Amino acid sequence: MARIAIKKQHVPIIASTALLVLIFAAGSLRYTGFFSLQVLLNLLIDNAFLLIVAVGMTFVILSGGIDLSVGSVIALTTMLSAALIEQAGWPPAVVIPLVLALGTSMGAGMGAMIHYYKIQPFIVTLAGMFLARGLCFVISINAITIKDPFYVTMAQTRVPIPGGNFISISVIIALVVLAAAIWLAHFTRFGRCVYAIGGNEYSALLMGLPVGRTKVLIYAFSGFCSALAGVVFTFYMLSGYGLHALGLELDTIAAVVIGGTLLTGGVGYVFGTFLGVMLQGIIQTIISFEGTLSSWWTKIVIGVLLLLFILLQRLLSSRGEVREA
Amino acid sequence: MERIRKHHLFWPVLVLVALLVFNLLYDPDFFRIQVRDGTLYGNLIDILFFGSPLALVALGMTLVIATRGIDLSVGSVVAISAAIACFTISKGTDQNDPGLVATAVLLALAASALLGLWNGFLVTRVGIQPIVATLILMVAGRGIAQLITSGQIITVISPNYKVIGAGTLLTLPVSVYIVALVFALAALLTRKTALGLFIESVGCNPTASRLAGIRSVTVRLFAYLFCGFCAGLAGIILSSNVSSADGNNAGLWYELDAILAVVIGGTSLNGGRFFLTGTLLGVLIIQTLTTTIYSTGVPPEVTLVVKALVVLAVCLIQSEGFRRTLARSLVSARQPRQQAEGKVTTRG
Repeated sequence: MARIAIKKQHVPIIASTALLVLIFAAGSLRYTGFFSLQVLLNLLIDNAFLLIVAVGMTFVILSGGIDLSVGSVIALTTMLSAALIEQAGWPPAVVIPLVLALGTSMGAGMGAMIHYYKIQPFIVTLAGMFLARGLCFVISINAITIKDPFYVTMAQTRVPIPGGNFISISVIIALVVLAAAIWLAHFTRFGRCVYAIGGNEYSALLMGLPVGRTKVLIYAFSGFCSALAGVVFTFYMLSGYGLHALGLELDTIAAVVIGGTLLTGGVGYVFGTFLGVMLQGIIQTIISFEGTLSSWWTKIVIGVLLLLFILLQRLLSSRGEVREA
Repeated sequence: MERIRKHHLFWPVLVLVALLVFNLLYDPDFFRIQVRDGTLYGNLIDILFFGSPLALVALGMTLVIATRGIDLSVGSVVAISAAIACFTISKGTDQNDPGLVATAVLLALAASALLGLWNGFLVTRVGIQPIVATLILMVAGRGIAQLITSGQIITVISPNYKVIGAGTLLTLPVSVYIVALVFALAALLTRKTALGLFIESVGCNPTASRLAGIRSVTVRLFAYLFCGFCAGLAGIILSSNVSSADGNNAGLWYELDAILAVVIGGTSLNGGRFFLTGTLLGVLIIQTLTTTIYSTGVPPEVTLVVKALVVLAVCLIQSEGFRRTLARSLVSARQPRQQAEGKVTTRG
């Protein structure tokens, strides 16, 4: 019985993997130049920041919450970095830790409000979203270009890997975050506590788990990931702008859901989120390879995928209920 | 006095009055209303006029939130409705033909209602959480709107269509009458028939309501359908006002403003209790705030910061835990009280 239950939890991940392989195979058959390692590596290069935010979001969603502020925190990070480096002349060694600390403390503040004042995560992070986006425009309404040599180096360095292909430094950062998050979710007390809260917060409290501390830490971690994604995004765009990463929270939530994490919390894997991000990336690649398809098809396809995966989850969970009853 | 203070509209009215008084002090001419060509002009009229699409969306959202749901897709529905209406008109040989305009409006409204029904279907029949179910349409909807407009901004030249969003009737903008009509309809339906009671009961406890003989599925379906319809109407007003449809930007962030207006109006996000008048007040507060920011010369982008602070303040006042902390710190000595207040501002 236990073995069947574990298998059931793996179904969404298996489905995402199968879909990823299928789309990649279809793309390889249809377009010349698609079947190469570099196309796959470009997925990582172009979506490194999305992967980092999505990892943070996975923890929030696993705990049964939601974080709408991620896109705005990225924008604020790019804006603040650009303003401090280009206009105030601060060195990157000071600016980067500073923006990371800022993102983390914003997340922690939102987590504290959610837990101690029992306000819905949706509303608190919505306010955080407005606040961060608004603060960007307080700094400047226009985009600020970054010419700092450190940032340019980070943006342009190609890390060669065997076979003549390359990745960027951002990819390494993203993969380190992914590995750390997998360890955090599955091999630490903190991770188990996150799953317990997502399963049933009241039970977790009765079990004596540190619910309050964990919830604040979850949102702090998500804030940290958003700020780190903002730093990576700055490497990618080499500019700070208040309209950067507009609507990214939706892409992030979609990636987490497509990766098999249940939005009600308690069920899911960090690795699934990685697959979700890759799926979104490969759909965009296919649409750009196709050429005749316009960019809005991306939104429609992602919407349809969301629907399919949510229906799949619904099917699996209702079967589970029947079996329990 | 105590009864007035306990009234559910006390705080929203107070905020609105405070905003208006601030404007009056800043600009003594703020309340002046002029009559030009038989039409009223003035800041107050502008607030009503620019607030009308949001008011429609927020009214629909109130009923959905009352059933303990949420509809994130309203912004996308606004865009789709605008796209359908403008697309239909742009395909006609005579864009000003009243029959064509009526067809376009009806098509757009029918499609919006259908989209609302789709949301309701996912929530009630398939059993997906409202926030997730409507997220699907929120993501895909913008794509659909752009698909209809082929990614371009469709411009129409149709004075008859323009009347809806930019015309005036008996000195007031037509859109204000539309809002009044929808509000009256919603208020009559929910306060003079049992429907309002059913909605509140479903919001309190869907299972108990079903056991008590209320068709909770039908009630919730109706709420989402009405919400879609209202969003469609807002889309028509918006696109008619500028005589064009932009699949990318029409109704952008409307879902957030609408939810904000509903929450400011005193409707609980936990369902079971709703105030249509409160929602209208919430819309007026948001619109007055925007107007105030424009008229005081602060960069309009800063509106977001102010909105964030308003959301936080409203939510904190509604939170029992926060009120208890505040009451405790007010009772104790002056020093801790300042600390507690300092804490709130840093979190804001």
